[in-house]
Amino acid sequence: MKETRLGDFEEVLLLIVGILGEEAYAFKISEEFSVQAKRTASIGSVHSTLSRLEKKGFLESTMGDPSAVRGGRRKRIYTITALGQRTLKDSRDFKLSLWNQYPPFSTGNIQFG
Amino acid sequence: MQKKSPEIQSPKRAQQFLYFFLKEELAEEVAGDLEEQFHAVLERSSPAQARRNYWYQVFHYLRPFAIRNITSPNLNHLDMFRNYFKIGYRQLWRNKSSALINIGGLAVGITVVMLIGLWIHDELTFNQTHQNYAQLGQLMQHQTFDGDIYTQDAMPYPVTATLREEYGSSFKYLALSTWPSDHILTKADKIIHQKGIYIEPDGPHLLDLKMKAGTRADLKNPGSIIISETTAENFFKSSNPIGQALTIDNELKVTVTGVYEDFPVNSSFYELQFLADWELYTNTYDWEIAARENPNWDDNSYQAFAQIADHTTFTSVNKQIKSVKQDGLPEGLKRLKAEVFINPMQDWHLRSNWESGAKAGGPIQYVWLFGIIGVFVLILACINFMNLSTAQSEKRAKEVGIRKSLGSFRSQLISQFLSESFLVVVLSFLVGIMLLILFLPSFNQLADKQISFPYREPMFWLLALSFIVFTSFLAGSYPALYLSSFQPIKVLKGKAQDGHAAAGFRKGLVIVQFTVSIILIIGTLVVEKQIQYTGNRPLGYDESGLIMMEITTTDYNGKYNLIRKSLIERGAIVDMAVSSSPLTAVWNSNGGFRWEGKAADFNPIFSVIRVSHDFGATVGWEVLEGRDYSREYQTDSTAYLLNEAAVKYMGLEDPVGKIITWYQGQAHPVIGVVKDMVMKSPFQSVDPAIYMMDYTEHTNFIDLKLNPELSTKESLAIVKATFKEYVPSVPFSYKFADQEHALKFAAEDRVQKLSRVFALLAIFISCLGLFGLAAFMASQRKKEIGIRKVLGASVFNLWRLLSQEFLILVGVSCLLAVPVAYWALNNWLDNYTYRTGIPWWFLAIACLAAVGLTLITVSFQSIRAANRSPVQSIRSGE
Repeated sequence: MKETRLGDFEEVLLLIVGILGEEAYAFKISEEFSVQAKRTASIGSVHSTLSRLEKKGFLESTMGDPSAVRGGRRKRIYTITALGQRTLKDSRDFKLSLWNQYPPFSTGNIQFG
Repeated sequence: MQKKSPEIQSPKRAQQFLYFFLKEELAEEVAGDLEEQFHAVLERSSPAQARRNYWYQVFHYLRPFAIRNITSPNLNHLDMFRNYFKIGYRQLWRNKSSALINIGGLAVGITVVMLIGLWIHDELTFNQTHQNYAQLGQLMQHQTFDGDIYTQDAMPYPVTATLREEYGSSFKYLALSTWPSDHILTKADKIIHQKGIYIEPDGPHLLDLKMKAGTRADLKNPGSIIISETTAENFFKSSNPIGQALTIDNELKVTVTGVYEDFPVNSSFYELQFLADWELYTNTYDWEIAARENPNWDDNSYQAFAQIADHTTFTSVNKQIKSVKQDGLPEGLKRLKAEVFINPMQDWHLRSNWESGAKAGGPIQYVWLFGIIGVFVLILACINFMNLSTAQSEKRAKEVGIRKSLGSFRSQLISQFLSESFLVVVLSFLVGIMLLILFLPSFNQLADKQISFPYREPMFWLLALSFIVFTSFLAGSYPALYLSSFQPIKVLKGKAQDGHAAAGFRKGLVIVQFTVSIILIIGTLVVEKQIQYTGNRPLGYDESGLIMMEITTTDYNGKYNLIRKSLIERGAIVDMAVSSSPLTAVWNSNGGFRWEGKAADFNPIFSVIRVSHDFGATVGWEVLEGRDYSREYQTDSTAYLLNEAAVKYMGLEDPVGKIITWYQGQAHPVIGVVKDMVMKSPFQSVDPAIYMMDYTEHTNFIDLKLNPELSTKESLAIVKATFKEYVPSVPFSYKFADQEHALKFAAEDRVQKLSRVFALLAIFISCLGLFGLAAFMASQRKKEIGIRKVLGASVFNLWRLLSQEFLILVGVSCLLAVPVAYWALNNWLDNYTYRTGIPWWFLAIACLAAVGLTLITVSFQSIRAANRSPVQSIRSGE
């Protein structure tokens, strides 16, 4: 199994983009991140990661519609590409396979705490 | 949830900042996101919080992906600059002589500026190692005598006690102290003269002593002394000094309770070797006991220091304490209008002069003077650079034309020429640093300083860097702007003659250079003349072989005649006397004198000098009227002698025999008038003086006239042996009157030497520039000279042709420099009462020197050009 080239933060953001669907733009993603991860990330850091993911081909983006609350400015909506989907899946599979090889968890009877 | 009003807007400044650094293509989406975020935060918390968050978010966009490219994407600027420097380097290499002139001149200029800068820094930071620099001050007072306000730092005894009592909350520390003077410190058989003071217990705090042993509070212990590290080393070597016994002036037994780090050189307290217990002092000497039991506001015999409390300022404290002395003065002395104030430590060194109750400068004037000279020297060096670069512009006109045709922007050409100037300045700076290291020791000697090269000061390097950048721009701006403005078509066609503007500019620069140089020459001559003039001033006494010994103890008491007699018998001296002031200063001035015919509202003050019978014979003064003191007249013990200035001041027609009374005292007949003796500043007029006879403890000096028939060494040996015999407890120490007198010229001497050096450098730099310029002119007119020669011009004709242009420029400089120099130096001379004039031929000499130097410099080039074979110069293609 080959290793994916996704960092932890990148993976989380990729997933959030998937979750948000039509609403996936930097501000919303950073908000969703702070709700889900219970820690904040500045829009700048989110944006920087998103543009990196885009460069890697995991995401693509289009400009959305302007809205009043943004002072009439448009937003950039991100969507996951096929490559992104596959990488996410690879990443999950890879980790699951690791989990399954770890004896305390591999019984299928996982207990935390 | 509270609804916020819609007017609240995201912070504009943050947005501007964002747009400033953000890539344009990201602007819309990012600004939109931040706007949304802003409103989201606004919903759940305060506007301030939202604004803070906005700023936070903006700063988090400072990431590589979002910041706009400062460099345009297509050009590799590093390579470009490397190329600039390469071209610059080749340019320098090709024109070695002008490069040498440029770098040499600029390096000298930079060295001078750095020396002056270090000197100014040293002057400005005087006393600043003192921790309480900002709060410390010395108590001073203005007093009015006869309508004039005099300012002094001598204070009366009760001042500190009264201030402590009445305005204690305004002060952190207060201390009365004696004047720093030589005392004899003794430990068993070891005897050393040391400068020290007796001071109230706050002293160690005020003087910010850095204790090596003991604490500052230990001076409170009865009979304690705190000594400097050097003194401790002198007496105790490596053993522990604490608890050791010392004797001061063979009278006061003290115990060492502390040792402090020596004061740094640039401190007002440098040379202060010990501080001793005030209580012990005031309990020992009769006059101190009297001062203590009978506090007298009119006896200004002490110095006092104060540190104001943290919460207050000098202005407000001064307002409070203003009348403290006036209130204490008896009714009869209220006319003094005494006004007490604190002189902050910041002003001690650089603003030490007072005039009519107001600050009147001081050494700060020299700081300004040298600062201005430094700037001028730098400007001269920069002018050279600009001149030579613009002069060579024609040679580079084609280069500019080709560069422009190939697509150079003007901004690129400007940065090319600026980077060349940067290269030159950096090279000059390196040479300058080497020169600085080389010449710093001699400069220190000249300026009487101990400045070291500040390798480790980041501030110095920072300043040096900004200096390099600034100078590169200053020196490189004109050539860069001028050269880059050429039109490619014209220069490539070969039509680029440098225009009238450039030639005019160049001439203007030469004029400025020579004007400054001529002013400096005249200045140096005049300063020199003033010093010589004052040095030759008749002193009114004979200073040769005259020595002075300070009387520091009462051990001499009653031995006057004994010592004098045996010294004369042994042939060591011509005569001996005692006096209250040294021969080179006046320590006492008093009012309260009355005589018949004095106007009632005239309250004169006189220098009061107490002397013994033999004073006149010792110093060799000249009695103009009446007679000198004589042992034949018993009554002479109450008689006065006056100097000429006093007779004039008092308006006496026939002074001998007149009666003077002092306060309520007895009548003193005037028995003679002596010629004015220059005891204070040789640059000022002699103050009116009264000489009175005194053999008591009021006398502070023994004056000896050595026997001229013996060598100084021989007679001093006898004097030393004799004193050892009669006063074994006192170490033998003396000063020569003529040496002390010479010290008064120290400041002027220093200014003279420094200005001479700077004038020489300025001339050197100017000539260097002229040399380069003449060389350029000659090469530019090479063909013209060749043709003229073919047509029959003589070498002399050609020499005149090439030289006269420069002579005209220098002539204009003379016309400008002479009035400016005359005016400025007359102003300077007005500072001195005893002053010389400015003879016209000084001005002429300076101008002739400038013209002569110009001729030599230019002729060197023009004769060479005139001698060149016309065949060569006409044929050569370029």
